[in-house]
Amino acid sequence: MSEHKTINITLKVWRQYGPEDRGRFETIAVEGVDTHSSFLEMLDFLNEKLILEDKEPIEFDNDCREGICGTCGAVVNGIPHGHGKAMTICQLHMREFNDGDTIVVEPFRARAFKVVKDLIVDRSSLEKIIQAGGYVSVDTGGAPDGNAIPIAQEKAEEAMDAAACIGCGACVATCPNASAMLFVSAKVSQLALLPQGRPEANQRVLAMLKEMDKCGFGNCTNHRMCENACPKEVSITHIARFNREFLKAALVGRFSP
Amino acid sequence: MNWYMFVLGSSVGKKMLMAVTGLCLVGFLAVHLLGNFMAFAGADAFNAYAAKLHSLQPYLTIFNIGLATLGLVHIVIGTILFFENLKARPTKYDVYKNPGGRTIGSNTMPYTAVLILAFIILHLLKFTFVDKSATPIFELMSTTFANPLWVLMYVVAMVIVAVHISHGFWSLFQTFGVNHPRYMPLIMNLGLIVTFAFGIGFASLPVYLYLIQ
Repeated sequence: MSEHKTINITLKVWRQYGPEDRGRFETIAVEGVDTHSSFLEMLDFLNEKLILEDKEPIEFDNDCREGICGTCGAVVNGIPHGHGKAMTICQLHMREFNDGDTIVVEPFRARAFKVVKDLIVDRSSLEKIIQAGGYVSVDTGGAPDGNAIPIAQEKAEEAMDAAACIGCGACVATCPNASAMLFVSAKVSQLALLPQGRPEANQRVLAMLKEMDKCGFGNCTNHRMCENACPKEVSITHIARFNREFLKAALVGRFSP
Repeated sequence: MNWYMFVLGSSVGKKMLMAVTGLCLVGFLAVHLLGNFMAFAGADAFNAYAAKLHSLQPYLTIFNIGLATLGLVHIVIGTILFFENLKARPTKYDVYKNPGGRTIGSNTMPYTAVLILAFIILHLLKFTFVDKSATPIFELMSTTFANPLWVLMYVVAMVIVAVHISHGFWSLFQTFGVNHPRYMPLIMNLGLIVTFAFGIGFASLPVYLYLIQ
């Protein structure tokens, strides 16, 4: 363990009382930040101070704080979850910053993500897309034999890579067009790769696409920023598979969304 | 009708339209470039090539209408995508950085598009919709490119076209779903070759015509 060090930083953070408020940036000096603390712990530390001073604490979403739940998320210095590779904001540590740094913190911005308060955004549009088709229907009855359906190792691996998506919305946040294609394609790709997902593949891709467009996300124009901002490094090859599934469903499928 | 509206009007459908028309336009540019190389064979060869091309009626007219339609679809859908994407993020970021992936080409697509459109209009007014009964096309070109300002303008325009294609080429394969770790690097490299071949190939003619005078 390296020696404990403290730094002083300036936080330029987005403050917004509620969805209808216009919102504004507030500049707050934070002194004595332990470099061993995580970014969210730094915010906790600041919030305790704000509460003691009888001020409104900065609201932010968080849950597991170990990078697997997908609840946390904010844009730090222009990049969702900060500049670290393959990590969520809860895994970002203050040792990444220098004494005297000004750190700009903003909520994920998209028409489909309404700001609820400060750094908290409403990501229920992602849930709506999943509800439109991101599932497999399973009949009731006796439990099927777990090994009855053979799945090739490489397919299982690729499906798992897609399933690694934690639905945090960083792909939408970083996309210049606020497109949700990486998120949606991860689910379509995961289920398209597995035999259990094939029966509903055609209706799934069209229904999820329709819902995605309805939610007000932008159009993907292949900037590839999403796969670089993704904490789970979901690849745009899943977007390519989405496009193939779309072509299949549109050209030979019988399903109309 | 509902099916057509949904499939072609969806975000991915519009992408597909951009990719199909984009690929056709790249194909046209390849043919145009090959035609340009005839000019290096001299005035007579190039004028004969132009005369032969114009004698191919009615196929030439059909080809031109097809090409104009492709261009129009590319422009109209591109414009719709631009404004929809602008609308998808009403509040801009105060600080916005590239986590990786974004290129000069992808970053400037709509802007290079506008500049290319302006260039095409100028190019058509200069060499297509003019009376060529008195001066044959080769002579028209050599008098135009005797002026270094015209040469410079064409070279700059070709750099802009190359920047547009540097993103467009690999991007259209991704849109068709053609992306695999085995051959995506090949497509990327091919895109780079096409970018430089078109940029240098098209820019070489005005420069050559300027230098031989």
